[in-house]
Amino acid sequence: MSGGITAWGTYLPYWRLQRSAIASTLGGGGGRGTRAVASYDEDTTTLGVEAARHALAAGPGSGAVQDLFLSTPDPGYLDKTSATTVHAALGLGRASGAYDFTGASRSAIATLLQALASAGGGRTTLAVLSDLRTGLAGSAEERDSGDGAAAFACGPEGAVAELVGRGAASDEFLDRWRVPGEADSHVWEERFGEELYVPLAREAFAASLKDAGLAEGDVDHAIVTGLHVRAVKATASGLGVRDGVLAPDLIGAVGNLGAAHAGVALCDVLERAEPGQVIAVLSLADGADSLILRTTDALVGAQRARAEAGVPTVAEQVAAGRDDLTYPTFLTWRGQLRREPPRRPDPERPGAPTVHRSEEWKYGFVASRCLVCGFRHMPPTRACLACHAIDQMAPERLADVPGTVATFTIDHLAYSMSPPVVGVIVDFDGGGRYRCEMTDVRASELSMGDRVAMTFRRVWTAQGVHNYFWKARPATDQVAPSGAEGDGAGEPKRGE
Amino acid sequence: MASSGIKDQVAIIGMGCTRFGERWDMGVDDLLTDAATDAAASAGMSIHDIDAFWLGTMTSGVCGVTLSRPLKLDYKPVTRVENYCATGSEAFRNACYAVASGAYDTAMAIGVEKLKDTGFSGLTGIRPVGDGTDPGLSSPAAFSFLSPSYAHRYGVDRDQLKEVMGRIAFKNHQNGARNPRAQFQKEVSLETIAKAPLVAGDLGVFDCSGVSDGSAAAIICRAADAHRYCENPLYVKALSFVAGPAAGPIDPDYDYTTFEEVVRSAADAYAQAGITEPRAQLAMAEVHDCFTPTELVLMEDLGFAERGTAWKEVLEGTFDRDGDLPVNPDGGLKSFGHPIGASGLRMLFECWLQLRGEAPADRQINTVGPGRTLGLTHNLGGAPGEGVSFVGIVGTELG
Repeated sequence: MSGGITAWGTYLPYWRLQRSAIASTLGGGGGRGTRAVASYDEDTTTLGVEAARHALAAGPGSGAVQDLFLSTPDPGYLDKTSATTVHAALGLGRASGAYDFTGASRSAIATLLQALASAGGGRTTLAVLSDLRTGLAGSAEERDSGDGAAAFACGPEGAVAELVGRGAASDEFLDRWRVPGEADSHVWEERFGEELYVPLAREAFAASLKDAGLAEGDVDHAIVTGLHVRAVKATASGLGVRDGVLAPDLIGAVGNLGAAHAGVALCDVLERAEPGQVIAVLSLADGADSLILRTTDALVGAQRARAEAGVPTVAEQVAAGRDDLTYPTFLTWRGQLRREPPRRPDPERPGAPTVHRSEEWKYGFVASRCLVCGFRHMPPTRACLACHAIDQMAPERLADVPGTVATFTIDHLAYSMSPPVVGVIVDFDGGGRYRCEMTDVRASELSMGDRVAMTFRRVWTAQGVHNYFWKARPATDQVAPSGAEGDGAGEPKRGE
Repeated sequence: MASSGIKDQVAIIGMGCTRFGERWDMGVDDLLTDAATDAAASAGMSIHDIDAFWLGTMTSGVCGVTLSRPLKLDYKPVTRVENYCATGSEAFRNACYAVASGAYDTAMAIGVEKLKDTGFSGLTGIRPVGDGTDPGLSSPAAFSFLSPSYAHRYGVDRDQLKEVMGRIAFKNHQNGARNPRAQFQKEVSLETIAKAPLVAGDLGVFDCSGVSDGSAAAIICRAADAHRYCENPLYVKALSFVAGPAAGPIDPDYDYTTFEEVVRSAADAYAQAGITEPRAQLAMAEVHDCFTPTELVLMEDLGFAERGTAWKEVLEGTFDRDGDLPVNPDGGLKSFGHPIGASGLRMLFECWLQLRGEAPADRQINTVGPGRTLGLTHNLGGAPGEGVSFVGIVGTELG
């Protein structure tokens, strides 16, 4: 077998909801630990963009990607492809494909398998797995779920992990479902699903080991995931692998990330694994899928390159979460609590031709630099502010360039899902100034001179059109490695 | 700037101005009719004697019919102009040029805005279809960048600067309290101003101008003909208007303590009028105090105070109604209200009253006299670092 995973990246949103906050508001339910919460301006598309940026930061350049796959049970659009949004935000080449694999949770593992198969066929594919899970107020779904994304570049050369075996088992039964248009899932009685899932998982796992020519005892890292919590637990305890091989499930700190969970857990393992180790990924969803991967000597170099590029690990992102989000704010962000809007006009949907003309700027954050005098313009312009040259501009992508807050304001009047709006003037390293919104920040904690990075967000939705653009956020990519599995309750870590 | 100006070529011979405020009782047509007929009456004319019209409004109407329909004008030229918050001044400037060119004997500049019918807080604009990347900050937010930057640059404590801002609001409310046409005709204590809820940044409710309905109008003729209509006309000494390249939001060198557009238009206007020491030569100024830090920065940009010192002068009362140079003796945008298209002409209306000694005794300024017969009006449109600026100068004497 040739080819495999060449780079990986995850994104866990900044905010955490303490499960105890649910109980203190509703008078019951809740529990211990925290769940990861996508901010009001994030969706599965933006989560996917951030994970993919982390994968590409120390992996193959965006120019190497030939196909982009985006898998999520909660797509931003139907009919319209969301992978093209990710494609544009990453600045991928026009000649690369962009495809959605949406609907069922099981599509996520299939997406990764398809990307690995393409790698065997010589193509470089970026597979992005993203999920954002809400549930009704007070439900187990709300309490136990989380939001996040993982991305894997899969290519024919330079693999850090190769697929050496796979197994699958399928059955038709009703465990978890949702009719199109419904916001929340239904689940059947838990014990019914458990009884069906456990043998399916065992069959898939056994088939994958046989395919790889390995035995249970050869597995160095075992990942078992799925939205059926009891079935996952029962499967994991009966796998027959060596002690200490089961990967931490992360659920206590970030929640069950649904379609993204297997990917995030695999990234976490890749960040700790050594060359030549065997990783089993067992995913339970309407049957079971088992992947057996073997790490290569290239893993060490990839781990080092990521550290040098400042790409945060899963453990670091788990630890960097901020857990003082209030439950009413969470409900507001998820549209479960209808709040009085500001006495201001609703935003107008952007125009399709206008957006398309500014595609490089809006999605790729591509500025222009004057070839005559070097002045950097944001947004890109044809005429130079400094020297008045016309059409002497070179495009420059600034999405990954950090900046400094020159000044800022707190706008209590502007429209927002989560007022007040924080407006910042950012001076970018290497030149260029832009005024934009800041997110993942409490205004009272912001100062002139703070360091910021850019993040891709869904600014608002108007008349059925999602308005995606870039915002500033506190620079978090330089978080000091914690080395330990955090519980998500730590102090926020910020800045450089 | 190569602008030779039209000093002393045209004169204002009549003006009108409605009461500004929440005019639930009046529509755009009513406001226009009142301002136009008042202006005509003050010039001893009928509106049908006027040859051409320039109508300024940002959002309350589109073409010239906005004016010709309510006034039932008989097939006269009516030009509708828009230039953000400087719209009223722009209508006036163009009407002056039309008369100076000899194309018309008389022209009316009239501005109107009906902001309160939208039901929204603050200003709402009409924008072309966008790409969704504009950060959508409100006007108070855009101007709130000024005060922390000013405090930082000149080493003024943020709390002290907040006090300075409050002092500006206090002064403009004191002036508006004596003005029967003002939106807010009451004094407000410094304590109330300081405790007001925040709107954006350090700006509280009392740091923001009044969202208002209103209309104002001026009638212009050639200076040589002025005495046929009016015993004591106001002569136009300077008209300057600039639009900047919107450098502020993209230029790292911009520090939010000045309006380059104002500096440029002031220099041009002073050159046209032959003014070398504005603070001493002007008897009064009506400036664009859309937010209190705007007035603070304008005192320096217009040359009324040295850089970094206006905050002290504000506290010393230099710009009070009885100060060295009265600024916004009518209450300004803050207290008189800011119906966009009307504001520039409302400023002229205060010059019309004060320079000609027609303001009521309880609010007549005492700086007007021999050698001090000039008034300045200043309009700003847009936001710091990305806007337009108008500076006009009028006076009661030729030469």
